[in-house]
Amino acid sequence: MASELSQPTLPPAAALQLDTALQLLRQSGHVPPPGTPGSTDWLQGLIDALVDLSSRDPLTGLANRRAFELALAREIDRVARSGEPALLLAVDIDRFKLINDTHGHLAGDQVIKAVAVALAETVRPMDLVSRVGGEEFTIVLPNCAPAFGETVAERVRRRVEHMPVLIAPGQTITVTISVGGAFAPQWVRSTPALWHERADLQLYRAKSSGRNLVCLEPSAVSVVTAEEKGMLFAFSPSQDIE
Amino acid sequence: MSPTPEPPASGAARRARITAVTSGKGGVGKTFCAANLAAALARQGERVLVLDADLGLANLDVVLNLPPRVTLHDVFTGNATLQDAIVPAPGGFSVLLAGSGMVEYSRLTPEVRQQLQRVITAIVPHYTHVLLDTGAGISDVVLYTVSLADQALVVVTPEPTSLTDAYATIKVLATVQQRRAIQIVVNQVRRVGEGRNVQHQLQQVIDRYVNPGLGEPVRLELLGEIPSDGAVRDAVLRRELLLEWQPGAPASVAVAAAATRLRGA
Repeated sequence: MASELSQPTLPPAAALQLDTALQLLRQSGHVPPPGTPGSTDWLQGLIDALVDLSSRDPLTGLANRRAFELALAREIDRVARSGEPALLLAVDIDRFKLINDTHGHLAGDQVIKAVAVALAETVRPMDLVSRVGGEEFTIVLPNCAPAFGETVAERVRRRVEHMPVLIAPGQTITVTISVGGAFAPQWVRSTPALWHERADLQLYRAKSSGRNLVCLEPSAVSVVTAEEKGMLFAFSPSQDIE
Repeated sequence: MSPTPEPPASGAARRARITAVTSGKGGVGKTFCAANLAAALARQGERVLVLDADLGLANLDVVLNLPPRVTLHDVFTGNATLQDAIVPAPGGFSVLLAGSGMVEYSRLTPEVRQQLQRVITAIVPHYTHVLLDTGAGISDVVLYTVSLADQALVVVTPEPTSLTDAYATIKVLATVQQRRAIQIVVNQVRRVGEGRNVQHQLQQVIDRYVNPGLGEPVRLELLGEIPSDGAVRDAVLRRELLLEWQPGAPASVAVAAAATRLRGA
């Protein structure tokens, strides 16, 4: 594959139509690529900036659906190889249509931006927050133990609940989110679509149970309490119980 | 060469006993146990089918060195008959592979459930024992597969993660499926009697945290303990059934004893 792109066959920059690409990047606030215009470094910088542009949601700056799906597939592969648990959270703003209809679409945009910031600031740097629909977000948490996942999901929900959103000068509203979560199946090479579907199923449960709720698919660790674990390990298996 | 299994006693329309072989954690030897238990049962005169519903990385067909073949997925999509999908394995038992399409059945629509029920109904008159090799964990599809069985058998090793996950599985089976008699096999034990210790350990926690909430208590039955045995790994590498290759190996003897208990239960 690399041979298709090997340097000697790259056309000189002068032969490429770059105006639209450069305009798009300027408009989105990207700085011009470093280096002499037309040089390989400059072209690489241009390509990197275009990749960044096509991976981001313009309103919130979060990863978009395209980037999310790529990350999900990578994560499934990693879980299948390493066995480390990974969590997918499906997040949806409650009654968003009502907010739009009552306060207008600009207000709706403010809500989306505020929720995006709340999510991004509550998770770890290695977690990926994406906007995948109008009012839908996802969070991919690699190497996430089930107990930790429950804590993060609840923290995210509570943060949004207690966050007033400024929708117009002097006017704030409160919003809530519903959260559904599923862990990547650990000993099975599943598919991104199925993993997302399982998380969505939990989101549906959260919505049906009254909204402003977290529903995670049960996992072995969520089923076993700390007390039970303590008693399980009170005796080392190599000691006699008598 | 294993002897040809005897047909079921004439006149007794005996339907197969269905045992789901499951584990909390992957990698504890669940497929090894299922395959070798099947071979041991066959040697003891039973007619056995193993239905491989395990989506893990070491599938039954790999363990038994079977070439790629027709699976349940092909049957469900109308590309093959059930007869096409049932094949003889080297150990004197039959094998039915669910196929990687089983992942799609994690949706478990009523249609899929019906199809699986129909398969089970079709096969049970022809065997005395059916072993369901389920996936690890407590996902919907694993729990559903276990729900098709008369008896649940949990494979566990004497190691903390395996113990925790096995306990979680037992807890879920007891509460969600109302199972009360759950069998366990303790694999990779390092000393004689370690299996009994593991059973007691699990039973104590169940007695303390699970049974008080139930009308009838959950009782674990130790089907057997299988010693840590280098021959197991060698058999896996050779893609042969340990019970066929080295019937005298400590692990083989232990599996045969477990099979005897399984028949008598």
